[in-house]
Amino acid sequence: MTGIVALYIFMLAAFTGYEVIAKVPVILHTPLMSGSNFVHGIVLVGAMVALGNSHTLLEKVIGAIGVFMAAGNAAGGYVVTERMLEMFKSSGGKRKSGGH
Amino acid sequence: METSVLGADGRLWLIQASYFVTAFLFIMGLKRMSSPVTARSGIVWAGAGMLVATLFTFLYPGMGNYEWILPAIILGTALAWISGRRVAMTDMPQMIALYNGFGGGAAAAIAAVELYRGEAMSLTMGSLAVIGGLIGAVSFSGSLIAFAKLQGLVKRSFRFGGQQLLNVVILLGALAVGAFIAAGWHHDPFHVSLFFVLALVFGVSMTLPIGGADMPVVISMYNAFTGLAVAFEGFVMQNAAMIIAGTVVGSAGTLLTQLMARAMNRSLGNVLFSGFGDTGGAAAEGGAVTGSMKPIDAADVGVMMAFAQKVIVVPGYGMAVAQAQHKVWELCQLLIDRGVMVRFAIHPVAGRMPGHMNVLLAEAGVPYDLIADLDEINAEFETADVALIIGANDVVNPVARTDKSSPIYGMPILNADKAKNVIVIKRGQGAGFSGIENALFYLDNTRMLYGDGQAAASQLIQAVKAV
Repeated sequence: MTGIVALYIFMLAAFTGYEVIAKVPVILHTPLMSGSNFVHGIVLVGAMVALGNSHTLLEKVIGAIGVFMAAGNAAGGYVVTERMLEMFKSSGGKRKSGGH
Repeated sequence: METSVLGADGRLWLIQASYFVTAFLFIMGLKRMSSPVTARSGIVWAGAGMLVATLFTFLYPGMGNYEWILPAIILGTALAWISGRRVAMTDMPQMIALYNGFGGGAAAAIAAVELYRGEAMSLTMGSLAVIGGLIGAVSFSGSLIAFAKLQGLVKRSFRFGGQQLLNVVILLGALAVGAFIAAGWHHDPFHVSLFFVLALVFGVSMTLPIGGADMPVVISMYNAFTGLAVAFEGFVMQNAAMIIAGTVVGSAGTLLTQLMARAMNRSLGNVLFSGFGDTGGAAAEGGAVTGSMKPIDAADVGVMMAFAQKVIVVPGYGMAVAQAQHKVWELCQLLIDRGVMVRFAIHPVAGRMPGHMNVLLAEAGVPYDLIADLDEINAEFETADVALIIGANDVVNPVARTDKSSPIYGMPILNADKAKNVIVIKRGQGAGFSGIENALFYLDNTRMLYGDGQAAASQLIQAVKAV
């Protein structure tokens, strides 16, 4: 990947992120923040490659901490987002089921 | 190490293809998450993308250290999965902060591995690694402080004279050391360590003075930071999935942060540097409020609501803390069965983050079409017989419309004071989260129902049943 292609990717991705969020109702702000928090858990693949190519003990320890945290970011972000979104249901049909 | 069916080129091609699919699934997932109807499937799409990318990454030619990689993945996934399952809905914001900090820390760790390795990098690559490492480390330590504050582990805000100056000095120090590293002049472990220590300290010192009420904006900002850090490290590792996902989150997160700050009528700079988020000095200026608070008992409120045509409930974070949302919904169902029209009015910053209150109400079983936001509902207060305020304070304070000297002047509020009757459920007579006296409580059409949110809601249920 040459530098200029990487820059194009960067610019287009930045506009994509902006457009995807721009018209979101307030009720979805928190789930979306949580969802985007999950998406940057992709740092896991970078951490895996960094650790996979490590040689000294110091590199391996830092790399392992990185992989551990990245996996936590991805898994935690997924669970929390999924739990929040699970609750979105309309009143159609299920109106009476709310009380315990 | 090559033991495969496929050659190294074939594997690299497969990995690139899988990252392409991942980028597509992420963007589609986020797109689906931006509408309530499709939101639930959105996270599944994004999750599938993450799974694809992770599995194919194991194919990287020349990778080793699987005895380190696998335990780290399994441990990180398991711990986060369990904690994410167990956490109560009210505590979601700090968990987001925690997981976000982990992401930033992981980006910083990638930078650290590359920089400690000490191999010669081009100036561009070196700079990107350093900047990504800086942003990631700041996001890591800053998010942990945000987590600690929301979790109640750190109670007070630490402020002292010259604090901003000290922060600037620390940041400049980190940047200077980083520049030396990137330029290849001081490419040794000592300077790399110094760089990361300065970055981590900056994250802490920048976040400590910010008050609890402003934390959501700060968490959202660090979320965008982590995205950017991931994108920068993606450049260094020539990893398109990281560049795209990180950049999308970076820009989406920046926009979300602006939307949140605007909903609180603050600029981002104001949030970061003014320190109004908790009991600021402005709190004392509530002197203009006159009159007295008039109490009422639950039985009277029950009758009033049972014979109303329209009731608007204004919930605040206090309701969630008292775990009263289930009782409140039970009360509303009784009213709906009696033919009363019930709506929930949600201020953009009700709860701890925009949309947090919607999630809490949804958890209690309130259908989302009974929930209205500020723009939809404000005109309806004039036709409402009862506005029931439970656990909300500053977001219904009419001073924001009238008193130019008030720190919240200009903040959009819910016009609960326009309702024929206003009932405020409140634990005691104290001021709100911001410490500002609430003029609504002293109005002629306002009555105070003192008590814990959950107990008060239970009393109201009994009172309506008794009618």
